[in-house]
Amino acid sequence: MSGPNSDYDPVEVTPLKAEEVDAMREAALAAIATAPDLDALKHARTEHAGDRSPLALANREIGALPPQARKEAGMRIGQARSAVNQALAARQEVLEAEHEERMLVEETVDVTLPWDRTPVGARHPLTTLSERIGDVFVGMGWEVAEGPVVEAEWLNFDALNLGPDHPARTMQDTFWMEPADNAIVLRTHTSPVQARTMLTREPPIYVVCPGRVFRTDEFDATHSPVFHQVEGLVIDEGITMAHLKGTLDHFAASMFGDGITTRFRPSYFPFTEPSAEVDLRCFVCRGQEPAVQSCRTCRGEGWIEWGGCGVVNPRVLVACGVDPDRYTGFAFGMGIDRTLMFRHGAEDMRDMFEGDVRFTTAFGSEI
Amino acid sequence: MKAPVSWIREYVDLPEDLTTEEIAARLTALGLKLEALDKPGHDVTGPLVVGRVLTVEPEPQKNGKTINWCTVDVGGANGSGDPQGIVCGAHNFRPGDLVVVVLPGGVLPGGFEISARKTYGHVSAGMICSAKELGLGEDHAGIIVLPPDAGQPGDDAFAVLPLRDEVIEFEINPDRAYALSLRGVAREAALAFDAPYHDPAQRETPAPDGHGYPIAIDDPVGCPVFVAREVSGFDPTAPTPDWLARRIQLAGMRPISLAVDVTNYVMLELGRPIHGYDADKLQGTVGVRRARAGERLTTLDGTDRALSAEDLVVTDDSGIIGLGGVMGGEATEMSETTTRVLIESAHWDAVSMFRTGKRHKITSEAGRRNERGVDPTICEAAADRVAELLVRYGGGTASPSVTVVGTPPEPATITIPATLPADIMGMDIPADTSVAHLRAVGCEVTVDGDRLTAVVPPWRPDLTDPFDLVEEVARVVGYEDIPSVLPDAPAGRGLSPAQSLRRRVGRTLAGAGYVEVVNFPFVGGADLDRLGLEADDERRQTMRIANPISSEEPLMTTTLLPGLLKALARNAGRGIGDAALFETATVTLPRGTVAAPILPVDRRPTEGEWDDLQKALPDQPLHLALGVSGNREPSGWWGDGRAASWADAIEAVRVVATALGVELTVRSATRAPWHPGRCAELLVGDVSIGFAGELHPRVCTAYGVPARTAVAEVDLDQLLQRATLIVPAPRFSTYPVAKEDVALVVDADLPAGDLAETLREGAGVLCESVRLFDVYTGDQVPAGKKSLAFALRFRAADRTLTEAETGAARDAAVKLAAERHGAVQRA
Ligand SMILES: [Zn+2]
Repeated sequence: MSGPNSDYDPVEVTPLKAEEVDAMREAALAAIATAPDLDALKHARTEHAGDRSPLALANREIGALPPQARKEAGMRIGQARSAVNQALAARQEVLEAEHEERMLVEETVDVTLPWDRTPVGARHPLTTLSERIGDVFVGMGWEVAEGPVVEAEWLNFDALNLGPDHPARTMQDTFWMEPADNAIVLRTHTSPVQARTMLTREPPIYVVCPGRVFRTDEFDATHSPVFHQVEGLVIDEGITMAHLKGTLDHFAASMFGDGITTRFRPSYFPFTEPSAEVDLRCFVCRGQEPAVQSCRTCRGEGWIEWGGCGVVNPRVLVACGVDPDRYTGFAFGMGIDRTLMFRHGAEDMRDMFEGDVRFTTAFGSEI
Repeated sequence: MKAPVSWIREYVDLPEDLTTEEIAARLTALGLKLEALDKPGHDVTGPLVVGRVLTVEPEPQKNGKTINWCTVDVGGANGSGDPQGIVCGAHNFRPGDLVVVVLPGGVLPGGFEISARKTYGHVSAGMICSAKELGLGEDHAGIIVLPPDAGQPGDDAFAVLPLRDEVIEFEINPDRAYALSLRGVAREAALAFDAPYHDPAQRETPAPDGHGYPIAIDDPVGCPVFVAREVSGFDPTAPTPDWLARRIQLAGMRPISLAVDVTNYVMLELGRPIHGYDADKLQGTVGVRRARAGERLTTLDGTDRALSAEDLVVTDDSGIIGLGGVMGGEATEMSETTTRVLIESAHWDAVSMFRTGKRHKITSEAGRRNERGVDPTICEAAADRVAELLVRYGGGTASPSVTVVGTPPEPATITIPATLPADIMGMDIPADTSVAHLRAVGCEVTVDGDRLTAVVPPWRPDLTDPFDLVEEVARVVGYEDIPSVLPDAPAGRGLSPAQSLRRRVGRTLAGAGYVEVVNFPFVGGADLDRLGLEADDERRQTMRIANPISSEEPLMTTTLLPGLLKALARNAGRGIGDAALFETATVTLPRGTVAAPILPVDRRPTEGEWDDLQKALPDQPLHLALGVSGNREPSGWWGDGRAASWADAIEAVRVVATALGVELTVRSATRAPWHPGRCAELLVGDVSIGFAGELHPRVCTAYGVPARTAVAEVDLDQLLQRATLIVPAPRFSTYPVAKEDVALVVDADLPAGDLAETLREGAGVLCESVRLFDVYTGDQVPAGKKSLAFALRFRAADRTLTEAETGAARDAAVKLAAERHGAVQRA
């Protein structure tokens, strides 16, 4: 802090003229206002607000003024500098906005250009449908059971009350492994998994078994020697056919929508007694007139044949080590491929097994 | 089973207004499933009338044919009462005969509309009909000549001809063999509508008197009942009456001759297969026994068959004359000269029938019934019915003497708790309802306290177990009344770890751009050859299917690659050359050729039995295969695409491994079908789990997949077993990272992975990552060398590293690389 200037010589110092400061200020404001871009503004900032600018130099001279002149000069120069800085900031903001706007316009692209560089994969609908079915039952507290596809004849037939001379055995055209008397087959249904489950777990048993199965059918639009089934098995005390109906109704509603139920018709399977065929209420027309007449999904029937089911034959329980006096059970089975066909309108079974990516990709990763 | 409704109605008094659709629906609900409805003759519309031929003028034509210009009295049916002029090409009639005439305006099967038209110089106003033209059969030799008493000219012919009917085709389950007859179908219809039933098998039959044809049964187990009856003086040229031929035809069989048609008719009517012998060709006593090894028989289909000791045969003094219950022999077959018929109505052991039919690959209407079980008590009635029809339509006389050998087996008796139907069905079924329904299906029921005892009817050999009775009660109660009740399942544990992980693998690969395929597990030797497998490659040890769909693919595959490559080729062939596919499926790896035991079914297998059974089965590990061909990323307006390479195949497996929390290591390997210089063995720890890389060019050619296709196949079970089920949370430093790049010149054949591993080891604990960012070979490095450039990142958990610390770590890494691999730092 300097003290009063005792050597002050009022004769030698010319006080700053107000007009000069005003001129500096006007020159600065004019340069700022006319700066066309950020570079010009940067230059104007150096010229009119920098360390060497007239106002900065003038400011430095204030200290040399007589005390009575200092206050006024200081105020005048201070106001001028403040005005210039404000003008700079304002102009900066305007020019920056202009610059950004111009830049964004210049960077405009054609967003309709295709960009399909990321390869898209998919899971097979038979896989995802199996999983979805599994999830319905897991949601009820059941578990998913599995077994081998190359299976012992005993498990595929005998244990399921299909003895060697059972007429039903000819209904299932079986692939036999060589030598045929080794009694090894490609499983003709997922039912051997039922037998395996009973033989390896204690009741209560609540399992669903999806998997691939084999029959000696020629490969065409509606047949395949390899196809997929899902079977359900429950073994518990007091299990009835009504429980089977309740389970399948729930399954139907979960897969096809609220209100979709099932219908049972008497049928015959060696491993169940009583047995039933299951029809699914058509989920497209719901069997309602007049939609049902022209319905392609159910071919005007109002119902879709879905699978077979029944109360587990006590002979099967005995062969699989379950006490038939204590437990009863039910079982059911549906074709997954068939379900895919009517649920999604797939018309040709070969599409499922030829690996054409256009078929599978359409189904994505969930179903 | 095709059942004409008119025939059903003959045995059950159904309400007249009941439609065929209603009958079919109710029978379906009872377990006879509607397969198809047919309404033959309903596409024929009149006027179709009886006419009397007045005049026939033969007129030879230039084309060598002779047509007949006829006038026919059609009564008032033509409106005028004048004779109708009709041109007819047939010659099997004369003036005075009654014929069937379709007048103009009538429509014949196939929408064939009749109008008056000019032909052969006449206006022919209608048509005299043949059986074929009316859809009544195949007989096209001539027109229908009606019996003289068939009616008057102008009568509606629909009333005279068995033209219109409605036929319900049922799918008959194996347990309901009784419904393979009109007798059985009508019985179900009576049950369905609670209508009076007239059993066609209920008839008076002559008692055996010991003077009938001599029969000797050697095997009463195989043939418990044998009834024989002779008809002599039979006219072999007598025609089958129209109504009978029509019924056989509607039931799906072909009319042949009166004698054959009658036996078939009775089989359809009663369900009991009948065999007719030409009695003049028989020599001495007819017997039944099992065949002996080495014996042969030529059956009536002309096939010479080697017989098995299990086959039941019919014999006479000349030797074997038939396969009992399955097919007759050629030597004693009825023919167009047969005048003496011996009717065989025998009950056969169903299992023997099944085995013989299967062994000799004979399927027949008779066999189908005999192997499923026929009512053993109606042998006499059936023989009597055949004799009646033969005599009525073929003349001659039925011998008053019948031979009956044996007695029908006793029907089963089943006792159940009275509440069993209610308990099993989960329905409210009172005991007296069960009793009533069991009686309605033919059981004799006695009630003893809370137990019911049912003697099953002889036509129901399928009813053997308590639950069989439950089904009988339930189907009469009606399945539509079963309540819908969800069982209370105990709390489950969700998917198993392996099941969840498999889903994760699929989702991961789909996310990485791979499309899942489902292939058949069948391959042929040629498929393995095309993979270039050596003769001793373990993947050639396959299980063979005895009866494959295609002789080209008789093997259960040991590798998923053939199916995958075929799918890639199929896609390429359809214009999709850029494809990335994967499959997860089991493969079949044989463990030897031990037979799987056939265990008893009356108890749980012992642990030893169960183990033996498991051991006989092949290993069936779950594999993952993937393949990528063409461009992995497509070209486009942005520039070139990126071609798929060996590295993509490895990368895809690594992505899967990472998703499973498994660290994969890679080392170079040589294995078919891969390119020997571009094949990686994939390991988890020390365990090899599979291979990945570019296909051998020859394999690409052999399978027709795009060049440079890359594939991988791994044992997914091995990967899944090593998955990290509970991922430990990572700990990481938030201090600044220090980066150092090093370029090292090494021998060209040093695997980059080895060098990276060395650098990481040498750089010590401060090293966070080692990442290869450049590979250089060329003028800047000596021949036989390459330069590998790595970015090293360093970070400490507790402080900011100094330059000195990171420099020292880097130097240590380079030093170890120099010591271990002779690496020289590139200036
Ligand atoms: Zn519908």
